[in-house]
Amino acid sequence: MSANPSFTPATLLAIWRKARQINLIDEKFRGLLRSGRLAAVYYSPRGQEILAAAMGVHLQPTDYLVTTYRGIHDQLAKGIPLKPLFAEYYAKATGACKGKGGPMHITHPETGVMVTTGIVGSGLPIATGLGWASQLKKDGRVTLVTFGDGASNIGAFHEALNMAALWKLPVIFLCQNNLYGESSKYAKTTSVDNIGERAASYRMAGVTVDGNDAEAMWRAAGEAVARARAGEGPTLIEAVTFRFMGHYFGDPGAYIPKEEYEAHLARDPMPATRAAVLASGAATEAELDAYDAEVSAQIEEALQFAADSPFPDVGEIDIDVYGAAA
Amino acid sequence: MSAPATATQAKPEVITFTEAFSRALHDAMEMDPSVIMLGEDIADEEGGGIFKVTKGLSTKFGTERVKTTPISEQAIVGAAIGASLAGMRPVAEIMLMNFITVPMDQIVNHAAKLRFMSGGQTHVPITIRTRTGAGAGTGGQHSDMLEAWFAHVAGMKVVVPSTPADAYGLLLGCIFDDDPCLFIEDQLTRTQTGPVPVKGEIIPLGKAHVAREGKDVTVVGYGRPIRDAMVLADKLAGEGISVEVVDLRTVSPMDTGTVLKSVAKTGRAVVIHEAPRSFGCGAEIAARIQEELFDQLKAPVLRVASRDVTVPFSRVLEAEYLYKASGIEAAIRRTLEKRTQK
Ligand SMILES: Cc1ncc(C[n+]2csc(CCOP(=O)(O)OP(=O)(O)O)c2C)c(N)n1
Ligand SMILES: [Mg+2]
Repeated sequence: MSANPSFTPATLLAIWRKARQINLIDEKFRGLLRSGRLAAVYYSPRGQEILAAAMGVHLQPTDYLVTTYRGIHDQLAKGIPLKPLFAEYYAKATGACKGKGGPMHITHPETGVMVTTGIVGSGLPIATGLGWASQLKKDGRVTLVTFGDGASNIGAFHEALNMAALWKLPVIFLCQNNLYGESSKYAKTTSVDNIGERAASYRMAGVTVDGNDAEAMWRAAGEAVARARAGEGPTLIEAVTFRFMGHYFGDPGAYIPKEEYEAHLARDPMPATRAAVLASGAATEAELDAYDAEVSAQIEEALQFAADSPFPDVGEIDIDVYGAAA
Repeated sequence: MSAPATATQAKPEVITFTEAFSRALHDAMEMDPSVIMLGEDIADEEGGGIFKVTKGLSTKFGTERVKTTPISEQAIVGAAIGASLAGMRPVAEIMLMNFITVPMDQIVNHAAKLRFMSGGQTHVPITIRTRTGAGAGTGGQHSDMLEAWFAHVAGMKVVVPSTPADAYGLLLGCIFDDDPCLFIEDQLTRTQTGPVPVKGEIIPLGKAHVAREGKDVTVVGYGRPIRDAMVLADKLAGEGISVEVVDLRTVSPMDTGTVLKSVAKTGRAVVIHEAPRSFGCGAEIAARIQEELFDQLKAPVLRVASRDVTVPFSRVLEAEYLYKASGIEAAIRRTLEKRTQK
């Protein structure tokens, strides 16, 4: 990658398409949850679509992803197919994890989705190990680990950053700072103005970007991926964003002042990016609408698959506890 | 490059536990390039580990494969998990068992569960080696046997050897097993010796070992107290008491079949372990025996274990804390007294 690659309309469109897929799925899921047709824990990524997509366009299917309970945008940006993903949300035998992991533990190694964890901050040490394996095997893969702002206050974050920097591992630590951890405001829990600053403690490259700005996010992600692939070590990216749907599905969000919420809404990255795509000339309104229709049809097909699939056989409970040799 | 001290060519008659651990690690690394190691101070530049178990390995296999880490237990276990997901067989050293409290999340929530939660798409073939044991004057935070915590978590395998040869074969068993294994080394007996294992011979996990056959009473447990039981069995044989010793080797998943077969034969059982008595693995062993063999038991199943207190420093108190061989003997005699009553 050149020092200052040009951000083309085609790239912007690619980011939009991924982000829009995430957005349409999230809207659909929230509708299903509201109507009771889907019963699952759900942590909406609404507001964080662009940053995930702008990261995702730099990655290969063979690269690794470690994400969290709020991870559906990361999984989709990594390329996870819809049917096994949806069927897992539906707790079905055809789910990616045969219905045994659920939304908080989505795994799909074929597309590099290695771990989804419900324990805040615990993905970072695991990502460090995936990066270590790539370094040993010289396989050229990079590992992306994503987590929230709150996760940057847990010990595992600091242990992992130190180790990854020390060993120059091909890992990208993507902190999605949505300004809240559950119902606690960022400033109430975090000692630094920007989490990106924390990289300096580990002599790691660190950057704070506007995660809602497709180009800025794409540049930061591209630099981090290039650094990792070149064997020049890890990067901490803090992507500043906002989550519009609260912590969990159904969170009344009373802890967010109305004016603050509205200010964020005015900067919602989805309408802004759509407008930018149209302005760039990469696609027409009609083409974007056609894309929406195409994705919506895929969503319906995958939902039907999930709904029609059987629940796991109860005998499944004794499988995968230990390997075959046990 | 000269061969490390641990890979001796000439076969000595006996080896110590420490030599057995070292040799297993050496041979595993030689057998399979995906075996890698990480832990605090483990490379030769740092002395080959504070107990010298890894001495020579980084010199022979390189510091890429034998990596000294920062004092970061969460990152050590987490990195082992991550590397294992990418096809490696990492062996992580947690210097002492009490420090395993720090990476509990990585072990309990991730290593143990990823196979199940992923529906078998991923698995975590890691080995966590750690060391512990009371009797060395190391006090409350450097002596605990915490194996019951891990035996309680589905997906983990917990292994405690009682002889150097078993230590060698079982450590190889852990390294080449496809599940996360916790391998516990006893710090008190590390210089004790036993017969030399056969190079490369793996002892499969999940199988108990009848260490001595007998007909009057079964003593069942794992680790250091098995050594006491073997000595006692010799002594009691002189009195005509025939003791069968069942060494679980793998604490969990437990080989219940071998235990039940033995107790069905003898009708009596004494369960032994070093960890404190209450809520220890002994309770589980005793429960399984009475659930299946209630009608065949000639005496209550007894437990011999250490006291339910913090491991004390003073030698007199530490000795009071620890299970005693005399306690095992007394328990054996008690189960036999019940015979005359029945
Ligand atoms: C170790 C741990 N502590 C607490 C929790 C409960 N919890 C779940 S999500 C969350 C907030 C995390 O905030 P952040 O890291 O900012 O991520 P976000 O949810 O905002 O994406 C908390 C406290 C947990 N899952 N794990
Ligand atoms: Mg947050």
